[in-house]
Amino acid sequence: MSESHAHAGEHGHAQPLSFWWKYVFSVDHKVIGIQYMITSFLFLLLGFAMMLLMRYQLATPQPGENFDPEHLGMVRGLIAWLFGEERMPYGFMAPEFYNQLGAMHGTIMIFLGVVPLGVAAFGNFVLPLQIGAEDMAFPRLNMASYWVYFVGGVVMLSSFLAPGGAAQSGWTSYAPLSVTAPPGQTIWLIAMVLIITSSLFGAINFIVTTLNLRAKGMSLGRMPVFCWAQFVTAVLLLLAFPVLEAGAILQLLDRVAGTSFFIPKDMIYGATVFPRAGGGNPLLWQHLFWFLAHPEVYVLLLPAFGIVSEIIATNTRKPLFGYKELVGSIVFIGVLSFVVWAHHMFLSGMRTSLANLFVTTTLIISVPSVAVLTCLLLSLRGARIRFTVPMLFALAFLPMFGIGGLTGLPLGFAPTDLHLHDTFYVIGHFHYVVAPGSLVALIGATYHWFPKMFGRKMNDTLGKIHFWGTVIPMNLIFFPMLIQGMWGMQRRLADPTLQWHNLPVQGWSTVILVGSVVMMAFQIPFLFNFFWSIWNGEKVGENPWEATTLEWACPSPPPHGNFAAPPEVHRGPYEYSVPGHQVDYWPQDEAA
Amino acid sequence: MDYGYGWGLPPAASSYAAQIDSLMWLLHVVMVGIFIIWGVYFSYCLVAYRATNGHRASYHTAGERSSLIPDGLILAFEMWLILAFGIPIWAQIKQRTPPADQALEVNVMGQQFAWNFQYAGPDKAFGRRKVSLVTAANAIGLDDTDPAAKDDIVTINNLHVQVGKPVILHMTSKDVIHSFQVTNFRNKQDLVPGLQTMLWFTPTEVGKYEIGCAQLCGIGHTQMIGNVFVDTPEAYDAWAKEQLQGRVATSAGGSVTPAQAVETSDARGIAGTAPKS
Repeated sequence: MSESHAHAGEHGHAQPLSFWWKYVFSVDHKVIGIQYMITSFLFLLLGFAMMLLMRYQLATPQPGENFDPEHLGMVRGLIAWLFGEERMPYGFMAPEFYNQLGAMHGTIMIFLGVVPLGVAAFGNFVLPLQIGAEDMAFPRLNMASYWVYFVGGVVMLSSFLAPGGAAQSGWTSYAPLSVTAPPGQTIWLIAMVLIITSSLFGAINFIVTTLNLRAKGMSLGRMPVFCWAQFVTAVLLLLAFPVLEAGAILQLLDRVAGTSFFIPKDMIYGATVFPRAGGGNPLLWQHLFWFLAHPEVYVLLLPAFGIVSEIIATNTRKPLFGYKELVGSIVFIGVLSFVVWAHHMFLSGMRTSLANLFVTTTLIISVPSVAVLTCLLLSLRGARIRFTVPMLFALAFLPMFGIGGLTGLPLGFAPTDLHLHDTFYVIGHFHYVVAPGSLVALIGATYHWFPKMFGRKMNDTLGKIHFWGTVIPMNLIFFPMLIQGMWGMQRRLADPTLQWHNLPVQGWSTVILVGSVVMMAFQIPFLFNFFWSIWNGEKVGENPWEATTLEWACPSPPPHGNFAAPPEVHRGPYEYSVPGHQVDYWPQDEAA
Repeated sequence: MDYGYGWGLPPAASSYAAQIDSLMWLLHVVMVGIFIIWGVYFSYCLVAYRATNGHRASYHTAGERSSLIPDGLILAFEMWLILAFGIPIWAQIKQRTPPADQALEVNVMGQQFAWNFQYAGPDKAFGRRKVSLVTAANAIGLDDTDPAAKDDIVTINNLHVQVGKPVILHMTSKDVIHSFQVTNFRNKQDLVPGLQTMLWFTPTEVGKYEIGCAQLCGIGHTQMIGNVFVDTPEAYDAWAKEQLQGRVATSAGGSVTPAQAVETSDARGIAGTAPKS
């Protein structure tokens, strides 16, 4: 942080104070974006570590023939010692601990990991730069958003210390199980309210910034796809999240204030009638939850579409294929994502005839997703492809998101969902969308915008090692889940081998464990590369990728206030290889 | 214990399983087909358009309108799926039931962590259930003062049905949400407290099938296991008779009869108790 001293001088503040205001309680969108990025990477690692423990349990759920409780072996012994008798007796996971880790893995990965990384980190850092703004519209609200998120995350993790442990009713927290769960669930709800509030702050900020702070000449039709994706995402967050926030508050009231929004009449708990008037409906929670959580899937995905579009345009050296089709598809997905939620509830006891409506909307929403993939694929035609590290990740996104999208077909289709619902097929499907899909795009974005963030590049060799070491094991992890799920292995089982119908596909769990361990190991070069390159990476100028969009028109890293003079936009975002132009890129702000 | 590396679909054992399976394979063949077409084109582009000396990317992108053709094809294919299979199969399995007079109707009550089954018995009328009567012994709260309850058979975790005869399950839950899943029947349905849900199937193969709970229901979720015994008509009648005799002999309505107690101990899930890890 030696730079802090240099810059502190410009503002003329006392130096110790300056560090805090510059890097911790900053109102600069770029610093907040980096704060979000580092925090969400930490949460992602934590969520991954939890899953590693769960996969260890799923691969070896039962003591083998040579099991000796006196000699557990190094790994099992270490785990038993670390987590204690109560959670991991003899290194085998207690079901309540399994349920806690499952619920927390989902919550952390989605709400504290991928969404903050895709929306808050890269949205914050890149969006104002790309539209040529000095900062976000509401810098203080932006800072508040980060800190509310941070506190929400800490509260969420603190629930492990509650009596009975963390939330253990799944990340979906279906009532009435969640209402009767130990106190960790109350903490989960409070943390969720905080996290949602933080997202709402961000969403308002993104919408106002996009609509009001665009540089001169930056019409909506000249906005990069990334900005469009962020804008639509912010609208989704703004409209969908309040519903879950309300739901979370209602469930909180059910737990602490004796209401019964989600508790039906005559519910029995233990051996007696639940001491509550009842009259509520458990399905109400599911509707409130999925009304958010399906748009949420697109909150995870749309920023990835935007990122991949940027990286592909930059590295194919040609205009994106079908800019209007891409933007139109993203907007269409945003609108349609509000009318598909009940496809999570075909078998929930919801009126069965409703399924036909939701099958239809669900299959329709696949069409714009196919359109996005088609455009990105066709963008490769006639290109001059540079296989840079971010490009590798962006390219890997295409087929892997393809698997995620295609496997949604038998799930969105109610008759086949009868068999696949609540099995590992579902897990395989949405992980292909979110992990080999979104997360891979987000890692690509890290390599792509790192030079802008820190003025230095990440190391290419380490980047390529990280790429192959991530993408190959990822498929070893998630593809077997599709196989297990097709056979009917249910999700959320602490020990699937207790049910003999799962045994014929249990072996794949070993493959998944191996994949997980290898993938975790290959994150070490990434972490090293990231922190090492901040100080020691190759220095770069303002436009190392020779790109056209506005974020590459300001210094790397950009100072507070971003542009030396307000930029003026003269053309569309992807003017690459324009005939007659002497170089193969024509920045948006370059005068004709 | 033998852990396998199997793949595909588990053996089918219900009247509509074949329909769902053929739909499943149709979808997967199409999915793999689309993926291969994409993949081949993708790989071709990566090789053909890699950056080499001297070549420059082309600025013009032609065929924006014809790129809508795959979108249109997929939309048409999906609409055909919905109309030809989606709505009819769904209606057949979930919106209609076979005629009740030709079917075996069973009430199912899920609880943490067991499956309770109530048969109407010879009078074909289910005895009244009252929530206030629920005890550890009378798990479903069967009201003995109701004459219709006298010949009801109640079992835990074991569902006996006849091969070839439709079974209609009227399901609800005592406490939290559970989900009835028998993979071989290719069907599944949540059991929701305060709601009645329905699942029907016609078993086609004699044998023993496993009921798993597919909806996270708490600490013993994994152990909430039951069995469906698909019997020949003779074997089923013998079983029902035995149950009924046990029921008359004890005449302690609602409590578990000796015959059932034997069956219960053979089941792996133990009702209402948290599993020891």
